[in-house]
Amino acid sequence: MADSGSEDIAVIGNTDLTPSESENNIKNAKKPMIEKGTSLLKRMEISVAEAEKRTGKNTVNMQETYTVYLIETRPVDAALEGTNPVPDSLWRRYSEFELLRNYLLVTYPFVVVPPLPEKRAEFVWHKLSADNMDPDFVERRRVGLENFLLRVASHPVLSYDKILYSFLTEENGWKENVFETGFQAKADSRLKALNATFRVKNPDKRFADMKHYGDDLQSVISQLLRVRARAADRLYGVYKVHGNYGRVFSEWSAIEKEMGDGLQSAGHHMDAYAASVDDILEEEEHYADQLKEYLFYADSLRAVCKKHELTQYELEMTAQDLTSKKQQREELATGTVRTFSLKGMTSKLFGQETTEQREAKLKMLETQIEEGEELVKERNAECEEFVKSAWVDVEMFKEQKDRDLREALISYAIMQISMCKKGIQVWNNAKECFSKM
Amino acid sequence: MSTGTPKPLPSSGQKSLQDICHPLSADESALSLHNSSTVEKDLILPNGTPLDTSSPASSSSLLNRLQLDDDLDGETRDLFVTVDDPKKHVSTMETYITYRVCTKTTRTEFDLPEYSVRRRYQDFDWLRNKLEESQPTHLIPPLPEKFVMKGVVDRFSEEFVETRKKALDKFLKRVADHPVLSFNEHFNAFLSAKDLNKRLGLALLTKMGESVKYVTGGYKLRGRPIEFAAMGDYLEVFTQKLGTIDRIAQRIIKEQLEYLAELREYRPVYSSWSSFEEDLHDPLEGVAGHVSNCSSALEELTEDMSEDFLPVLREYVLYIEAMKNVLKKRDQVQAEYETKLDLVVFREDKKTPVPTDVERCQDRLECFNADLKADWDRWQNNKRQDFRQLLTGMADKNIQYYEKCLASWESLIPLLQDKQEAKGETN
Repeated sequence: MADSGSEDIAVIGNTDLTPSESENNIKNAKKPMIEKGTSLLKRMEISVAEAEKRTGKNTVNMQETYTVYLIETRPVDAALEGTNPVPDSLWRRYSEFELLRNYLLVTYPFVVVPPLPEKRAEFVWHKLSADNMDPDFVERRRVGLENFLLRVASHPVLSYDKILYSFLTEENGWKENVFETGFQAKADSRLKALNATFRVKNPDKRFADMKHYGDDLQSVISQLLRVRARAADRLYGVYKVHGNYGRVFSEWSAIEKEMGDGLQSAGHHMDAYAASVDDILEEEEHYADQLKEYLFYADSLRAVCKKHELTQYELEMTAQDLTSKKQQREELATGTVRTFSLKGMTSKLFGQETTEQREAKLKMLETQIEEGEELVKERNAECEEFVKSAWVDVEMFKEQKDRDLREALISYAIMQISMCKKGIQVWNNAKECFSKM
Repeated sequence: MSTGTPKPLPSSGQKSLQDICHPLSADESALSLHNSSTVEKDLILPNGTPLDTSSPASSSSLLNRLQLDDDLDGETRDLFVTVDDPKKHVSTMETYITYRVCTKTTRTEFDLPEYSVRRRYQDFDWLRNKLEESQPTHLIPPLPEKFVMKGVVDRFSEEFVETRKKALDKFLKRVADHPVLSFNEHFNAFLSAKDLNKRLGLALLTKMGESVKYVTGGYKLRGRPIEFAAMGDYLEVFTQKLGTIDRIAQRIIKEQLEYLAELREYRPVYSSWSSFEEDLHDPLEGVAGHVSNCSSALEELTEDMSEDFLPVLREYVLYIEAMKNVLKKRDQVQAEYETKLDLVVFREDKKTPVPTDVERCQDRLECFNADLKADWDRWQNNKRQDFRQLLTGMADKNIQYYEKCLASWESLIPLLQDKQEAKGETN
């Protein structure tokens, strides 16, 4: 999660750093920092502390129930000094987080923007509620939202954003601030992006590879989550049926003399075994959440690659435009028609233009070419700038991903170990009871 | 040792009727009687001289008998029987399986101390029938099911043969452990005779005559005495509970197999993921491998439960059926006695002594009751041990499964963490 992934030493509201994690942070600190400084998280403690249900009228004036989350912030200095002032806090709902994220996506297209927890519960196994109002879902979402804020606030670029700061500190008026930025107008249309993807001729190979990687990652994590959901269902069944042993042993012990006690106690252990699956699956849910984060991260990664394709495409288009204009100029100047043009045909059919007309046209073209060259320079610079910053962020993302997923696998293994140990203990207890029968 | 023709009162073993106190007078004494007769039996040296029962050896063996764990210890047991080595025989007429039956004994009833013979299911069936006829007041352990639906179960599959072999082994061991049944001449023949077929021929003839004796039909029983009624009730409930346990065990196996099917899906997905990762390649491959290990362990668990747990459970149902049948037979004997007694009582003439026929019925009843009670206690004890073993075995198998998984995951952790340190160093 975020605490192990951030480059800065993060002071986090709700979670404690385990020895391995803080060790990890120290190791990270030794690595060359991209932008060490005063990213937001260094100055401010952030946490999503609580969740509450509210009812209100929505945009179509209908009653609706929704959940709000309490964001608490406190200056880091205060905590370090030992005084414990009451944190500032405000309530936000999920849709506001979405708005913030969309703003960040548009404003920083070269950044792999951290994802939000899922909007609706997916990849659920049957006992887990898919209801957004379910307390477990709300709790997991709270953790996911906190994680999102911590990642954003520790990002070397994103953390400086004013809107982000406003989101965390100004309850009212924030929405107006966001809309005032006019970010929505700057958003690229889907169609435009799709068009660019198909038509771009020379995208940077690294980004093309990254896009494929994002596709593969998304596909494989989806598969994994599906298998996990089915396996969780089955595992639940296995454990729960053992509970039936508890009942039948109890009934059986009633007709036995010497065997009775042993059977009865063994039955209790079988009940305990059956009940233990709930905790096991809850822990596994945590692993699933970690995988889901990277499932959604794959989308952000792809978005950056697509933006590159778009900027590259626009550059190519501009360059192509310039080239054709230059060609036109040449044709006009030398009188040769190298390319087919309607003008050429009509002039052949209806007679040549007058010298004045030609001169005027030539002049216009010159201007256009000049402008075009400027534009190409601009676009080129934009493109290069984009590639540079985006690649820096992508590399950072890769390292973070490797770290986070490795840790996720470790905690998965630890969880499996714990499950096995519990199983051994219960069956040993039962065995002891059986041997006393 | 009983002689060629079965006695009407074989329960007392060596002793004749007069030497035994009335079985119904005190249960304890009847029980100890069986024990003492067995003690005597065990302590007769091969050369025929009886051992002094007051010797330390005898008191220690008596002490063993008083212990909770009432299975005959090595030092007192003198008859060991095992069934193993199944082999298929193909002849022009039929194909069948034979099993090797090995016997080791110090009993004088046997000519040799060791025997090794081959027997097929038919032979076991013959033995059981002979035992039922010749020891009608005793509980004869059950055999595994005779008839197998062809096409549903492969009679020659390794699993089926293995399961049947274990059940046959159990059958012979139970007979060998029984203080009366183990001395039966048919049992002796079964264990020792090179060729059973000759005996079979004779047996067929005698079978007809004897079976009449205990098919006392048509007598109406007024009521079971409380203790036997209690036995009947117990058996009813016990049958139910066993049925439930069987269903639960089957259900668990089914769920585990479905879980196994899903677990198997993990490996290809993790492997596929590792193929396009660099840094994460090894950890992901590691996870793929270890999930695979857990799958194998689970497969073993389900196989063990299917092959070892379920058959034993089912065979106990047969054992219960056998016990119920003995109870019914006892009821019949009681009914016959009561009916005949009533007829006699009807007669006004009280001076006429009770006819021997009725007297014989009474004796028969009383001995049956005694045998039955003794067998019941023995059966309860065996049942207790058998289930202790069965359930402990079940617990063990589950523990082994988890231990295998645990070992697998634990060995993965250093693999996952190792890379981290290596990575840190290169930076």
